[in-house]
Amino acid sequence: MPVLWLVIAVLLLAAAGYVAGRQRALTSAGNDPRDLHSLPSYYGSHVFIKTAVPALIAMMLWLLVQPLVIESRISNVIPDTAISADTTRSLVMADVRRVAEGLNLAVNQGAMSAEDAARVRADTTDVRERLGEVGIALGSDVEPYVLQAAQSYRALSAAMSTWMTLFVAALAIAGCAIGLMRTRKDFRARNVVEAAILALLMLASTIAILTTLGIILSMLFETRNFFQQYPWHDFFFGLTWSPSFSGRGGASQLGIVPLLWGTLYISFIALLVAVPIGLFAAIYMSEYASPKARAVAKPLIEILAGIPTIVYGLFALITVGPLLRDYFAQPMGLGESASSVMTAGIVMGIMLIPFVSSLSDDIINAVPQAMRDGSLGLGATQSETIKQVIVPAALPGIVGAILLAASRAIGETMIVVLGAGAAAKLDLNPFEAMTTVTVKIVSQLTGDTDFASAETLVAFALGLTLFVITLGLNVLALYIVRKYREQYE
Amino acid sequence: MNDMRFTERAVVEDKKIAAKGVQVYYGSNHAIKDVNVDILDKTVTAFIGPSGCGKSTFLRCINRMNDTIDIARVEGDILLDGEDIYDAKVDPVQLRAKVGMVFQKPNPFPKSIYDNVAYGPRIHGLARTKADLDEIVEKSLRRAALWDEAKDRLEQPGTGLSGGQQQRLCIARAVATSPEVLLMDEPCSALDPIATAQVEELIDELRERFSVVIVTHSMQQAARVSQRTAFFHLGELVEYGETGQIFTNPEDPRTESYITGRIG
Amino acid sequence: MTDASIAGAAPEPKKSSLLVQDARTRKRNAAEARFRMYGLGAVCTGILALVLLLASILSNGLSSFQQTYITLEVALPADKLDKNGNRDRAEMAKVSTFGYQPLIAAAMEQKMTARGISVEGLSAKDAAGLVSKEAPAQLRNFVLANPDVLDTTRTFEFLASGRVDGYYKGRVSMETAQLDKNISPEQLQLADILLEEGTLETRFNWRFFTAPDASGQRPEAAGLGVAILGSFYMMLVVLCLALPIGVATSIYLEEFAPKNRITDLIEVNISNLAAVPSIVFGILGLAIFINFAGLPQSAPIVGGLVLTLMTLPTIIISTRASLKSVPPSIRDAALGVGASKMQSVFHHVLPLAAPGILTGTIIGLAQALGETAPLLLIGMVAFVREYPAAPPEGFFDPASALPVQIYNWTQRSDPAFVERASGAIIVLLAFLLVMNAIAILLRRKFERRW
Repeated sequence: MPVLWLVIAVLLLAAAGYVAGRQRALTSAGNDPRDLHSLPSYYGSHVFIKTAVPALIAMMLWLLVQPLVIESRISNVIPDTAISADTTRSLVMADVRRVAEGLNLAVNQGAMSAEDAARVRADTTDVRERLGEVGIALGSDVEPYVLQAAQSYRALSAAMSTWMTLFVAALAIAGCAIGLMRTRKDFRARNVVEAAILALLMLASTIAILTTLGIILSMLFETRNFFQQYPWHDFFFGLTWSPSFSGRGGASQLGIVPLLWGTLYISFIALLVAVPIGLFAAIYMSEYASPKARAVAKPLIEILAGIPTIVYGLFALITVGPLLRDYFAQPMGLGESASSVMTAGIVMGIMLIPFVSSLSDDIINAVPQAMRDGSLGLGATQSETIKQVIVPAALPGIVGAILLAASRAIGETMIVVLGAGAAAKLDLNPFEAMTTVTVKIVSQLTGDTDFASAETLVAFALGLTLFVITLGLNVLALYIVRKYREQYE
Repeated sequence: MNDMRFTERAVVEDKKIAAKGVQVYYGSNHAIKDVNVDILDKTVTAFIGPSGCGKSTFLRCINRMNDTIDIARVEGDILLDGEDIYDAKVDPVQLRAKVGMVFQKPNPFPKSIYDNVAYGPRIHGLARTKADLDEIVEKSLRRAALWDEAKDRLEQPGTGLSGGQQQRLCIARAVATSPEVLLMDEPCSALDPIATAQVEELIDELRERFSVVIVTHSMQQAARVSQRTAFFHLGELVEYGETGQIFTNPEDPRTESYITGRIG
Repeated sequence: MTDASIAGAAPEPKKSSLLVQDARTRKRNAAEARFRMYGLGAVCTGILALVLLLASILSNGLSSFQQTYITLEVALPADKLDKNGNRDRAEMAKVSTFGYQPLIAAAMEQKMTARGISVEGLSAKDAAGLVSKEAPAQLRNFVLANPDVLDTTRTFEFLASGRVDGYYKGRVSMETAQLDKNISPEQLQLADILLEEGTLETRFNWRFFTAPDASGQRPEAAGLGVAILGSFYMMLVVLCLALPIGVATSIYLEEFAPKNRITDLIEVNISNLAAVPSIVFGILGLAIFINFAGLPQSAPIVGGLVLTLMTLPTIIISTRASLKSVPPSIRDAALGVGASKMQSVFHHVLPLAAPGILTGTIIGLAQALGETAPLLLIGMVAFVREYPAAPPEGFFDPASALPVQIYNWTQRSDPAFVERASGAIIVLLAFLLVMNAIAILLRRKFERRW
């Protein structure tokens, strides 16, 4: 791993710079640390930062850009004739990369000399067999142009790696030298080091924004690709979801409506379970339960929140689903399927109980005691106080909590993957298997379909839709909750 | 102490509440020690004393608001019209309809002014028709001297009123259930002097119909509004009698110290 | 104040005794009791759901910690396994597992004749069907590792096949065996005889924790080794990235950031990220880390990165709360003796907030450990039998993860995998329990009231 060695080398140099910088500062002050502007370790850290940070940042940027440059150079080498109807440039590029990797591996294992690898020709050697020996299996014989491209790929990346090493090393050495040169006893090392640390802290805090940006951009980009292949109105208003499995487009119908219907139906049932139970549990625990009962019941219910969703999924699959089928759906003649809207909805509702109850609990506790006193002082019973004073006062907060729970339900994946089924249907029968947006994202992206096809890209459009819906709900809910909090602060 | 004008109206000697040997404990803390007091009908009775002396605690015993505090325990008898309010058969809900309460900080519900006042009559079922309810609301608001200010904005939230108006709204709310006794826990401590004067005037009016018990920090206020005064100190009832007598000629040296400002 | 005294119109309230409840009060009290019952019912429903969930998982999964083994003495003839007789491993490797299968059948037959066991209508081949299909591979690996055992007879402990194992766990019965093409009642009779005789036994299943996954036909061999290792690698990545980045972000936002639009934007962003569906992070990982950055699929590093981004908001929110709980007087005291702002934060505030930060981090890690959906999208569902190498290379090797392994097993047809999946959930929940217990202990031990 040359990159790893490079990092270690830079860090070693930086460590040496630390020692040297510290020593130099002390010497300049006649070995009396009191004459220094900052503590000696700051002078060391200053040199360390000057050495390591620019070099490592440069290296990271280089590593990000290098593959892009190589790709664009190499794909120019591939003749247009090679891009036929049944293949695309990116597929050929994938072949090129595999061959190049195979050659590298062969050289590393000693199965080929470096010169052999650079000279090998498709018409004289069976490249496929030789690569097969080192464990790189190729689907077909290597075309001459692929081999040629792979060889220039190797040459180019080797050259660029060398350049990068040189560049990074030069930067580190220069940084170290500049840092040492500036080290004098009057130099304000602490201020410089602290400014650098502050910059690092700021950099860290931008990651949150970068993540959001990454989510939005990656999905927007692929969604645009999708809408170039598939009309957007058919996607948003289509009533049928039936992707073709050939992966070669044309016959697929990719309408989001049945998926959204399934998502909303299941979420609705989940909320129907979670909201009353969660709300009543919160009311009971904050208004009625003795401190002892509360100390037992509250953590027990919150355990439900800590259980991973895959566990709920399995619960739906092996327990709730068969139970509902055998005791409700079949006797009533409503369906034969264990996975159904009801199964997923009920289990998801259980998952959301602690979510609703702990949020509502917080919100109900935020209602001032004076409200309760005022109502009880007039002779209201506790339930009248709760129904007519506390809940109305807490209503905005509770609505916020329910919206957050709804957003959870809409974005939930594992429970519906295991409990709801895979058939996209527009149906009212809750004992029928239906499917959701999240289920289809998983199934479209985990299959063996071609990554550039509409059947795969539709997952990004689904993801973006999901993201927009949940984001809207979250923003609204957080806004309501925040406003509510301000009211009683 | 010039502004202490003692009310000289005749006091009706009609016992409304009788407390005998009342003890209150908060956990292990003995907050009220053996208090005996008779509160008269159609009279304003003031509880005074330094903070933490138990006067508010005792007030909350009278309509069993202490029931809502888990660790509070009340012993002894409190009789309302001769009936023990701590009897197992008594429902605190029914009791509180008879013994209303106004709190230290104005606490209108986050509802309209109308709904605030109508809250008590609604839960107790005092109005048969909408017209009945309207009448009760109007009457209560008039009694609380808030009608003129509020009649055009009955549908607006009660929280939008000024502090003094809010407190008068709370009084109207308490009055609306037609209680026999009205308990007021430092009703003016969160109000400015003008609002205080209005509320005090109101208290004096209310005396015609109810027995009013008021806890107050301010001796001037006690002197201004009450006919009888009880002085509490460290959980004990030190002295109880006619307001004029307590303020001019206290029997107990502790009362005198408090009134002259040496303790408090 | 004249209008207060008009009034009088209302009739005097009827004098009623406090000791008698009127009808309305009785009704109201009944409503009160009902309301209270609803609340109690809701709490009980929640707890009942928890109990049901755990009971269902435990009852299905506990048996996966037991496994049935068959002990056989197998002769290892050199003329079959090493035809040229030169003990060259490369040549011996040419004998596939099919070459080893008859040895097991022979061993079984020999055992039966030696002990005089026979079951009507059961051939030697059928008798060998009691042994897992994994056994030939086990035999082959052993021989390839120790070529000098050839021409000796060795005692091996083989896994019993999934159906035999299921027979002793109550999943398979004589009746179901009748209809099952993978097992016959005669084979089960033989298993019972072998059990009595001590050849077959059921005991604690250590392999469940160490073995890699196995194909759909041999559930008895499937274990969690690769998944646990993969999850561990991912947690390492999450810890190494999310903790420093999260703490740095929180320090900046809480201690240094000016109050302006950008800071506001970051804050809103973080609270929103905390509520973004996890699958969206999977899409992000697929698009950015795999398709754009070219990192390998199924690699713990990609899973770790995705989970890091998911965990960051949790860590940031809890870190900020614990930084906030350090009173300003501490900062003032440090600044007062001439420390720089940076020094006051790193020397005083951060150490005092450390327990809270640690607790939040552990809870964040626990969340990440159980997360499944995003890992499905970055290819962790792949069937992986090879253990990943040691770090750092191991971060780039294909691996599985605990929750994904569970999902994987739920997708297989053999019911024995339901048991495996439930068992894996018990393991997962045990890990989560330990992590949460540590978090609670930390909080108890270092809880500070200012």
